[in-house]
Amino acid sequence: MTIENFIFLLYILVLASYVGFELISKVPPTLHTPLMSASNAISGITIVGAILCVREGEASKYLGMIALVLATINVVGGYAVTDRMLQMFKKKKA
Amino acid sequence: MNILIQLTYLASAILFIVGIKKLNRTQEARQGNTFSAVAMLLAVLATLVQVQLLTLPEILICVVLGGAIGIYWSRKVEMTQMPEMVAIFNGFGGAASLFVALSDYWTRAVEQPEQTTEIVTIVSILLSVLIGGVTFTGSLTAYGKLSGKVSGQAIVFKGQHLFNLILLLAIIACGAVVVLETGSVTAMLVLAAIALVLGILVVIPIGGADMPVVISLLNSYSGMAACTTGFVLNNSVLIVTGALVGASGIILTQIMCKAMNRSLVSVLLGGFGATSGGG
Repeated sequence: MTIENFIFLLYILVLASYVGFELISKVPPTLHTPLMSASNAISGITIVGAILCVREGEASKYLGMIALVLATINVVGGYAVTDRMLQMFKKKKA
Repeated sequence: MNILIQLTYLASAILFIVGIKKLNRTQEARQGNTFSAVAMLLAVLATLVQVQLLTLPEILICVVLGGAIGIYWSRKVEMTQMPEMVAIFNGFGGAASLFVALSDYWTRAVEQPEQTTEIVTIVSILLSVLIGGVTFTGSLTAYGKLSGKVSGQAIVFKGQHLFNLILLLAIIACGAVVVLETGSVTAMLVLAAIALVLGILVVIPIGGADMPVVISLLNSYSGMAACTTGFVLNNSVLIVTGALVGASGIILTQIMCKAMNRSLVSVLLGGFGATSGGG
C-alpha cells in the first residue's frame, strides 16, 4: 500500500465516520432495538473480507472459510431477525 | 471489470446510507432494512467477481452453511429473546473480522514470508484481531447475561481494573513484537488470546439491565473491526460500511443511554460503584 493510497483510504474513513455520526438522529425509542439489530447485520460487511481470504493457501484458506461461515450467519441472521422485529412493529401500528 | 466492481461498491455504500437513514423513521424502517440487505448483496456479488470465482465451491459451501444456520436461528428465536440473538450474531461478526485478519496475517507470516508487509497493514491486522476478539467474547458474555446462563449481577473482583490494565500492556507488548518482526506467530496468537479474555472481563462487571447498551456499543466495535480489515485488504467498501456502523453505533449507544437515564461512563464502569440496577 503506497502512502498516497493510505491517505486516500483515511479520507474515506473520516468522511464515512462523519456521515455515520449524522445519520442517527431523534430515533423514536421503539426503533432503538431494530436499529441496533439492523446495524449489527450491516457490520457483517466483513463477509466481503472473508470472501477475499478464501483463496489459494493452506491455513489461511481455512481461516478465511471459518470467517466466511461466521460472517454469513451474522448477515443472514441479522437481516432476518431485524425484518421479523419490524414486521411485528407494523402489525401493532395497523 | 475492476471499474465495474468499484462502481458496485459505490452503489452499495449509497444504499447502506439511505437504508440507515430510513431506519430512523417508523414508517420506512422495514424498507430501510431491505435497502441495506440489497446493498450487502451487491457488495458480496462484486467481491465474488473480484476473486474471479476461483474458489467458488468453497465459498458456496460456507455461505450455504452460514445462511442456513442464520435463517434457522432467526426463525426459532422468541420475540422476547431478540436482544440475545443480536448479541450472538454480533459476536460472530466480530469473530469473522478476527479470522479475516488472522488469515491475512498467516499468508504474510507463514505462507509467503518473502512478501514485504507495510507497517500500516500490520498495525491494521493487530487492531482487527484486538477489536474483533473483544467483540466476540464480549458479545457472548452479554448473551450469557441476558439469557441467564451467566449471572446478571455485576461480577467484580479485587484489582479488576489493574488486571485489565496489565492485559492491555501485554497486548501492546505483543503488538510491538509483531510490528518489529512480522513472522512472530506466537506473539500474534498470544495477542489474540488476551483480546478474547479481555472481552469477557470488560463486560462481566456490567449489570444485566445495562446489556442492551453494551450490545449496542459492541455492535459499534464490530463495525470498527470491519473497518480495520478494510485497511488490511485495501478495500473501500469495508472501510465505508465499517465506519458507518462504527460511528452510528456510538451515537445510538448514547441515545439508548439517555433513554434509560444512564450515562455511558457509568454503564461502562458499572462495577465501579455507580448506581446499580438503574435502567
